[in-house]
Amino acid sequence: MVEPRFRRDGAWVGASVPRREDPRLLAGRGRFVDDIALPGMLHAQFVRSTEAHAELLAVDLDEVHAVPGVVAAYTAADLDLADITALLDRPAHEFVPTAMPVLARDKVRYVGEPVAVVVAKDPYAAEDGVEAAVVEYAPLEPVVSDLGALAEGAPLVHAEAPRNTLVDVSLFATEGIDDVFAEAHTVVEVRTKTGRQNALPLETRGVVADWDDRDEQLRVQTCSQVPHQVRTVLARCVGLDEKQVRVTVPDMGGGFGQKCVVGREEIAAAAAALRLRRPVKWIEDRRDALTAAFLAREQRYVVRAAFSADGEILGLDADVVCDMGAYSCYPFTAGIEPLMASAEMPGVYRVPAYRVRGRAVTTNKAPTAPYRGVSRPQYVMVVERVFEKAARALGIDAVELRRRNLITVFPYTGVNDITYDPGSYLESLDLCEKTLREEGWFSRRSDENRVIGIGFACFSERTGYGSGAFAQRKMQVVPGFDISEIRMDLNGTVSVTTGTLSHGQSHETTMAQIVADRLGVPYDRVKIVQGDTDRITYGWGSFASRSITIGGSAVAAASVKLGDQLKEIAAHLLSGDPEAAVLEDGGVRVGSSWLPFAEIADVAYLKAHLLPKGVGPGLAATASFDVGGDGTFSNATHGCVVELDPGTGGVEILRYVCVEDCGVAIHPQVVEGQARGGIAQGIAGALFEEVRYDEAGQPLAPSFMEYKVPTAMEIPDVRIEHLETPCAFTENGAKGAGEGGTIGAPAAVLNAVNDALRHTGVELDDTPVRREAVFRALEVTR
Amino acid sequence: MIQLVELSVNGERHDLAIEPRRTLVDVLRHDLGLTGTHVGCEHGICGACTVLVDGAPARACLIFAAQVEGAEIRTVESLSSDGELNDLQRCFSEHHGLQCGFCTPGMLMLAEGYLAEEPEPTTEEIREVVASNLCRCTGYQTIVEAIDDCAARRRAALQDRLDRRAS
Ligand code: FES
Ligand code: FES
Repeated sequence: MVEPRFRRDGAWVGASVPRREDPRLLAGRGRFVDDIALPGMLHAQFVRSTEAHAELLAVDLDEVHAVPGVVAAYTAADLDLADITALLDRPAHEFVPTAMPVLARDKVRYVGEPVAVVVAKDPYAAEDGVEAAVVEYAPLEPVVSDLGALAEGAPLVHAEAPRNTLVDVSLFATEGIDDVFAEAHTVVEVRTKTGRQNALPLETRGVVADWDDRDEQLRVQTCSQVPHQVRTVLARCVGLDEKQVRVTVPDMGGGFGQKCVVGREEIAAAAAALRLRRPVKWIEDRRDALTAAFLAREQRYVVRAAFSADGEILGLDADVVCDMGAYSCYPFTAGIEPLMASAEMPGVYRVPAYRVRGRAVTTNKAPTAPYRGVSRPQYVMVVERVFEKAARALGIDAVELRRRNLITVFPYTGVNDITYDPGSYLESLDLCEKTLREEGWFSRRSDENRVIGIGFACFSERTGYGSGAFAQRKMQVVPGFDISEIRMDLNGTVSVTTGTLSHGQSHETTMAQIVADRLGVPYDRVKIVQGDTDRITYGWGSFASRSITIGGSAVAAASVKLGDQLKEIAAHLLSGDPEAAVLEDGGVRVGSSWLPFAEIADVAYLKAHLLPKGVGPGLAATASFDVGGDGTFSNATHGCVVELDPGTGGVEILRYVCVEDCGVAIHPQVVEGQARGGIAQGIAGALFEEVRYDEAGQPLAPSFMEYKVPTAMEIPDVRIEHLETPCAFTENGAKGAGEGGTIGAPAAVLNAVNDALRHTGVELDDTPVRREAVFRALEVTR
Repeated sequence: MIQLVELSVNGERHDLAIEPRRTLVDVLRHDLGLTGTHVGCEHGICGACTVLVDGAPARACLIFAAQVEGAEIRTVESLSSDGELNDLQRCFSEHHGLQCGFCTPGMLMLAEGYLAEEPEPTTEEIREVVASNLCRCTGYQTIVEAIDDCAARRRAALQDRLDRRAS
């Protein structure tokens, strides 16, 4: 047994035990999708559009077939697959359904769009084959910005979507809101544009597919956060039954949302394998990952907020436009970003009046998918800018202004019809400020010779969206629940399935800790089974910080059921009272007797005639879990200290403090890891990364030379403080912890930059913050 | 065109018949089955493919296999012996210096090569070295801490040996 590093109250939950994942990953013995090799395996690559917007006149693959090593090459017409279509149950004026063909059919809509698939004996030959394809385009005027998309007379990306608008919702519109603004003491406005970003898992997307004659199954090994959804879409696209498709997920090098939608390339490669009856592998190269994979985060906000003279927020009026690129992603649709922003924007504040219009526009850019935090990094940044601006306008300290408006009495039902469960909004803000003050940053801020600013971000984050919460978004397929099946085998080992899918989040460890506590076994006796559609009942994978809240609760519930079976059998064998039986030290105690699980399993499987009447052989249980109501809210306050360099416009982060509350942390070290990694991605969005296009819609950052991913030199150490407000309605008391870091960082960084610029009169509200803009702002005062 | 190339990897000799354009990382991963070395970009920036060539960290995606004939190549698979992780690997685990583990082999080989050359680095120096590779999961802090801790333990162990020899 591995000794835990620290245990709390003798429980596994709450202990930072060694990760079960580590030994294989450290030894180079993980199995990622590109590590898989099957006999006779072929390699796929894609002929991709070089035009942003064009009629596809002809795709000539004759020369491709002549390339040595090429085995096959297919166009859309050759493969004849059904389209990928994601739907919302909303009326036509709110949502326009559009289809994403697996390979472009008669039109291309972004540079990098797959037009044909080439299959060859080795990846080098596949690349050669791609080079030999001849594609004829009739270029159309491209739509390369949200404003361009909405402009009068703009060319249409999808003929069925007038004004290039896929989603247009106007929500809440509290009665009398216009009067609120007309009569308010102070009204502030924030206009923000946030840059398009790539979630950028270090492992690019990829798949290995082959047809198995014995199982009569198309077997697909793919790095996906949502294996069952891949199965559903693939079965539909190629015309197979769900049971004729088996999707498994090997080790996965990150996802962050980019892999929680179904990719066209994984479908096309699998379709090629089906047709050729040979294994086909596709591994996305970095260029394609940077230009043609799912992107996110390009949004424009115009937000007004009304305040009373003593700093009470009276109303919020918002207009959000999200540039979703060329297609709607499955299963979330292009509504994912605007609907998230619209539903949740009031956040941690007591906002009495709210109105929002949220739109998704389609443009000739690579399509988008949910990316860690989904819109929350943006709207939290906007709302936190609102508070900073209002503080200046009102002459009230910005932290104090937040204090006056934070929700402090729970449960709180907001103007956005959401009920917030208890959190530590005020406590986290107080502790974050106090920490920075005690570290001396406020006095350093007043150093005349340096340009130092301090910024805060106070936010909560809905985690554990149950079916009810997703149904409110009106998705046509409604994620939410999770089902878990647990089994005890001979000699008392436990295996448990989860519909969630760990790809860095450590579920092999944390889920095992949850089971270990429920059954009284060491966590390394528990095996987690995930990422296999044949072995796991329909699940929703990992996204939206749902795994521990929902998946972990299902795992716990299944464990309790199994525990009850064990108790019943043990009581019978020991001739005791089942009510008095307790699980203890890997066995069941009834009064003064104790029976190890191994002996109970022995009876359940090998001596079934000894079982109590009415109890069948075997030791297995199934449980499901869904979060009712509005889910549970994690919260945090981030504090950031930056120093600006007047000579270069550079922004250096001197200090970063995160006070987080995700309820009960199953594994505190893992929670901290999620926070730090998330913060790094948030900083990346605030200061460094942007997917840009030129006027013709050509991507300007096709390699890591142009797309600036921050390194250890740019990402600061983060001090993390924990608060714990347990969730009352998930098992374990846990709330989600996967996204918060990313959500708070852009706001904290941007507020810090603006605080440092306080003497200049310049305010920067767009991200990523450009060096030139900082340089120019400081130049004015030099 | 096919070329005969002789490679020495983790102390073992391999004879290969490969195209001259075949990269070292492809040979390691796909010809020799050493899939611990990963590919994150194929253009020399991310460092996921870092291996040691004659002791020095190198990007295996930028090197043709034919170029390193005669050199001693070490990959992540050489770090543990008999299923036991080495001290550096254990430090990564203890400090939670890996999440998805995709960058990890490159980070380990980078650190292994660096610490062999510079056994007494400052934390800032370690940070600068770690900055030559990308990690998307951890935010780097725990990777720097893991390497720092490993360096400190190695120094303590060395001091211990010296002390014992002296006494
Ligand atoms: S794969 Fe070699 S540096 Fe990225
Ligand atoms: S641990 Fe995932 S990229 Fe570093």
